[in-house]
Amino acid sequence: MSDLDTFRRETRAWLDANCPPEMRKPMTSDEDTFWGGRNAKFASEPQRVWFERMRDKGWTVPHWPKEYGGGGLDGEEAKIVRQEMAAIGARQPLTSFGISMLGPALLKYGTDAQKKEHLPKITAGLIRWCQGYSEPNAGSDLASLQTRAESDGNDYVINGQKIWTSYANFADWIFCLVRTDPSAKKHDGISFILFDMTSKGVSTKPILLISGKSPFCETFFDNVRVPKSHVVGTVNRGWDVAKYLLQHERAMISGMGERGVGRPLGQVAADSVGSDEQGRLDDAMLRGQIASFEVDEAALSAAAERMVDLNKAGQGHPAFSSAMKYYGTELNKRRYEILMSAGGIDALEWESPRSKEGARPRAWLRTKANSIEGGTSEVMLGIVAKRILDLPGA
Amino acid sequence: MPLLLTEEQSMLRDSARGLISDKAPVAHLRKLRDGRDAAGFSSELWATFAEMGFCGLLIPEQFGGSGLGCVEAGIVMEEIGRTLMPAPFLASSVLAASALSRAGSDAQKSEHLPKIAAGKLLAALAVDEGAKHRPAQIALQATRSGNGFKLSGAKALVVDGHAAGLLIVAARTAGSSGDRDGLTLFLVDPKARGLTVERTIMVDAHNAARITFDNVEVDADHVLGEVDGGGALLENVLNIGRGAVASEMVGLSEEVFGRTVTYLKDRKQFGKAIGEFQALQHRAAQLYIDIEITRAAVLKALQALDTDIEKAAAAVAVAKARAGTTATRAVQEGVQMHGGMGMTDQFDIGLFMKRARVCEELFGDANFHADQLARAKGY
Ligand SMILES: Cc1cc2nc3c(=O)[nH]c(=O)nc-3n(C[C@H](O)[C@H](O)[C@H](O)COP(=O)(O)OP(=O)(O)OC[C@H]3O[C@@H](n4cnc5c(N)ncnc54)[C@H](O)[C@@H]3O)c2cc1C
Repeated sequence: MSDLDTFRRETRAWLDANCPPEMRKPMTSDEDTFWGGRNAKFASEPQRVWFERMRDKGWTVPHWPKEYGGGGLDGEEAKIVRQEMAAIGARQPLTSFGISMLGPALLKYGTDAQKKEHLPKITAGLIRWCQGYSEPNAGSDLASLQTRAESDGNDYVINGQKIWTSYANFADWIFCLVRTDPSAKKHDGISFILFDMTSKGVSTKPILLISGKSPFCETFFDNVRVPKSHVVGTVNRGWDVAKYLLQHERAMISGMGERGVGRPLGQVAADSVGSDEQGRLDDAMLRGQIASFEVDEAALSAAAERMVDLNKAGQGHPAFSSAMKYYGTELNKRRYEILMSAGGIDALEWESPRSKEGARPRAWLRTKANSIEGGTSEVMLGIVAKRILDLPGA
Repeated sequence: MPLLLTEEQSMLRDSARGLISDKAPVAHLRKLRDGRDAAGFSSELWATFAEMGFCGLLIPEQFGGSGLGCVEAGIVMEEIGRTLMPAPFLASSVLAASALSRAGSDAQKSEHLPKIAAGKLLAALAVDEGAKHRPAQIALQATRSGNGFKLSGAKALVVDGHAAGLLIVAARTAGSSGDRDGLTLFLVDPKARGLTVERTIMVDAHNAARITFDNVEVDADHVLGEVDGGGALLENVLNIGRGAVASEMVGLSEEVFGRTVTYLKDRKQFGKAIGEFQALQHRAAQLYIDIEITRAAVLKALQALDTDIEKAAAAVAVAKARAGTTATRAVQEGVQMHGGMGMTDQFDIGLFMKRARVCEELFGDANFHADQLARAKGY
C-alpha cells in the first residue's frame, strides 16, 4: 500500500471518529458557517467541538505550514483531506477571508514577522479579516482607488472610503488598498496595508442586500494611524499583492455552491414537482435543464481539480482562476434559478416558518452577487481575453 | 388587425400611466412593504382606480363596467408592471370579473359585478394547490351534500386572497386529479365556516394567501357555470390572466431595461461610461430586441383573446412563455450591469427581480407554456 493510500485510510478513520454527525449535514443558514474572530460565537456545541478538533490537528488550513498552525500537508495529501471530508459531507470547520484571501498573499509577500504575527491567529480562528478594496468610484476599475495613506514619521495616516466591504462590521482587522503615491500612474502608487478595525477613525455602516440580509458595509477612514511596518510587500507595489490575492479569492468564489454534495438537484425538484410512473421528473423541460446543469457541474468539478493539479505541477496559467470564477459563479446562479423553478409557489414565501423565513428565495437572490463580487463576469472575461488569449486591444 | 394600439387605447395608456407613475411609483410599494401595511395595497388608490373606470374595464356596461377587452386590461397591467404597483386589479378586475361576466347567472352578475366595477368588492380566484401551476391536477374536493356542496382541501398563491370579499374556487366534483373534466367553480364567502385564510408575505411584497377548506358548505346556486363543466371556463379565465401577467412583465422588462440603459450612460469606470464597452452594448442591444419581440407576441395574444378566446390558447402560451424569459433576462442583466449597486435593497432593481420571479410562476412558467405549445402541436 502506498503512503497516500495509508494517509487516506487514516484520514478517513480520523474524520469518522472526530466529525460530529451534526457537522455532516448540509448547511442551511448563515449561522452554520463559523467565521472565528474576537467576538466569535459558536452556533452549537457540535460546531465548537468540530472546530477545536480540526484546529488542534492543524486542519483548519491543512496545506499551510505547521509553524503557523496549518497541517503541513502537501498538495496530494490536502486533496485527500478535501475528498474525504466531501465524502462524508463534513462542513468546513472555519471559514474566513484570512484563509482564502489574506493568507496566500502573506505566505508569498509577507515578512517573517508578519507571517508569525498573523497566520497563527487565522488558523486558530482568533482574528477575522475583511477586504478593503472597492470604493464608490473604483469597482471594476479597482486601480483608480483614491483612499490616501500619507507618510507621517513611522506611520501612515489613512483617509478615505471603501464600499461593499463584506462583514466589515464583524471584522477585527482589514487588509486594505491605499494610495501611497498620488503622482504615480494608477497601478504604481498603491500599497497593501493591514490594520486593526478598532483603530481610532475607522467606522462602518451596514448596507442591506436584496436578500434582506446585511453582510456588507460602507467603511470610512478618518485620520487612521497605521505603522509603516504593516505594509505587505513593497511600498507602491501593492497592486502585485492585490492581484495575487484576487487569484485566490476568485478560485475560492468559483468553488462556491455545494458542488456534488447533498441530494441531487433532480430529486430536490421531484419533492415539489412530482415524478411520473418511471420516476422521471414530472416536468420534461425542467428535467432537461437540471440534467444539462449537472453535466456542466460535473465537468466543472473536474476542471477545478485539474486546476489545482496544474498549479502544483507549475503548469497552471495564473489568470485561469478568472476563467473558473466566471464559470463557477454563472453555474451557481443557474443552480439557484433551477431551485426557484423547482420550488415554484413554495419558494416565493419570504417570512413564514414553513419557508424557513424565505431561506430559498433569499439564498437565490444572494447568488446574484456571485458574478459581481471578487470581480464581475465581464471583468473575468476581459482578463481571459487579454492575459490568456492575448487578443489585440483587450 | 394592426398590431398597434388604437387612438382610444393610447389614451387609456396615457391616463393609466399618468395616474400610476404619479400616485404609485416604486416608492409606494416600498412604503407598504417597510410599513408592513395590513392590506398590502392602498385602498385610497384603489378608489381612484374605480373612479377612472379601471376596476370595471372588463365588465359589461349593463353591470356598471365599460365592456372593454383584454388589450385594454393589458394596457393597465403594463403600467402596473412599470412601477410594481400592488393592486387587486389582476385578481378582482381581470380574473374574477372575467369569470363572472362569462359564466355568471343573471342573479350572480347583478349581485357581484357592479360592486367589483365600483371597486367596492374584491374578488379573488383560487386555483393552484401544489408547488407548480397544474390546473388539471386540482384535487380540492367538492362533494354533494343536501342542497349544495361541501368543499375540502387547500389552495395556494391566491392572489389578493387575504383581502377578498368573494372567492372563486376551482374544485373537483368528478374524476380525479389529472382529469381535465370534472371541475366546478364555486362562489365562496371567505367568512364561511371551515374556511381559513392565511396571508403569505411574498418575496415581491405583493399580496397572496393560502386558504384551507374544511367541509365548507356552499349552496348549489353558488356554482359558477356548470357542475363538472368548469374546466373550459377556468382555462379561458386563466388565459386572460396569463395575457394580463404577460403584459405586466412587458412593462416591468421595459422599465428595468430603461433604468439599466440610463445607468450604462451615467456610470463611469476606466475613465469612460460603462456603456462604451461593447460587451455591454451588445447585451443591451440583444435585450432591446428581446423585449420588442415579446411585446409583439403579447399584443398578438391579447388581440387573439378579444377576437376568439377559444382559439387563443397557442398565442397565449407563446406570450406568457416569452414574457417570462424576457423579464427574467431583463432583471438579471439589470442587476449585473449595476454591479454592487444592483445588489442593494436601497436600489429599486432588486424589487423588479423579485416581482419578475413571482410573475413567472403565476399561471404557468415558461417551461409550462412551452410544453403546452408542444402538446398543442402534437409532439
Ligand atoms: C455581495 C458583495 C460582496 C462584496 N464584498 C467585497 C469586499 O469584501 N471587499 C471589497 O473590496 N469589495 C467587495 N465587493 C465589491 C465588488 O468587488 C465590486 O462590486 C465589483 O468589483 C464591481 O464593481 P462595481 O460594483 O463598482 O461595479 P462597476 O465596476 O461599476 O460595474 C458595473 C457594470 O459594468 C461592467 N463593466 C465595468 N467595466 C467593464 C468593462 N471594461 N467591460 C465590460 N463591462 C464592464 C461590470 O461588469 C458591471 O456589470 C462586493 C460586492 C458584492 C456584490
